[in-house]
Amino acid sequence: MKMILFAIFGIAFGIIAAKAEVISWFRIYEMFRFQSFHMYGIIGSAVVLGAILIQFVKRSKMKDIDGNQIVLSDKNKSVARYLLGGTIFGLGWALSGACPGPMFILAGYGYYTILIVIVSAILGTFTYGLLRGKLPH
Amino acid sequence: MDIIYQPWPWYVAGPLIALVMFLLVYSGKTFGVSSNFRTMCAIGGAGKVNDFFKFDWKASMWNLVFLGGTVIGGFIAANYLTPDSSVAINPKTVQVLSEIGIENAGQQYLPPEIFSPESAFTLKGFLILVLGGFLVGFGTRYAGGCTSGHAITGMSNLQIPSLIAVIGFFIGGLTMTYLILPLLIQ
Repeated sequence: MKMILFAIFGIAFGIIAAKAEVISWFRIYEMFRFQSFHMYGIIGSAVVLGAILIQFVKRSKMKDIDGNQIVLSDKNKSVARYLLGGTIFGLGWALSGACPGPMFILAGYGYYTILIVIVSAILGTFTYGLLRGKLPH
Repeated sequence: MDIIYQPWPWYVAGPLIALVMFLLVYSGKTFGVSSNFRTMCAIGGAGKVNDFFKFDWKASMWNLVFLGGTVIGGFIAANYLTPDSSVAINPKTVQVLSEIGIENAGQQYLPPEIFSPESAFTLKGFLILVLGGFLVGFGTRYAGGCTSGHAITGMSNLQIPSLIAVIGFFIGGLTMTYLILPLLIQ
């Protein structure tokens, strides 16, 4: 039954991102050109409200829907993997104009050539899996 | 009602995205789209080749369901909520794009010069899409997250690693936008 909830959350996220033009290649390009506040406003306001909500979850020791303690684990401390991985991601984000969520929303929107990007992203993750022992983390 | 059919402003979309993140956390999960790529590799049998893909992917089914929802959300937005798919980007951006060969920027969500079937199935166009996707898929797993996992969830949880990742997103993004993209497209 809970699966229906996740589907609804996904539908909501898809509609929000599509209607706010987050899935538009042009919005991402404009963001990297610093020629609009739109994307910064979206990410910024999401982080501000998100931080308030997360603090509330932590301080109130909130339990989840099943009554289990909500645990938000800290990310492992490192610089190399986040900086290098992030830079590689950024190169792809600015080229394809889509991060992983929007890729799938665009497929639903009717831009079918985005499937080339999706398949290639899966291959990218697979290649990372093969090489990860040799990469600095 | 009309306001729903217009593009949604940032101060509506940003808080709503935070709410989606919160609902996932309240459901005992987390907001992170890119781990689905790893799950898809695992389902495809990549665990036989590499231990990184040997994990209980059934426990990640909820995230694939979420992802399926986003596809439906995109479909609903396109067919029922968006009478006009033009994007009102800055005229300066339109100008810059026309200088690198992308005309009529913002008339739809994606530039036909890159994403139309006619462009995507030329050798060059195909390689651009393959390269973009590959870098996203490789980079996001290397960095341990994408925009949802690091920029939204990680930064909301005040994680320094996520801030470093977002700085990386911009190093890569700016390099692509200013230095590489003009060479690739023209």
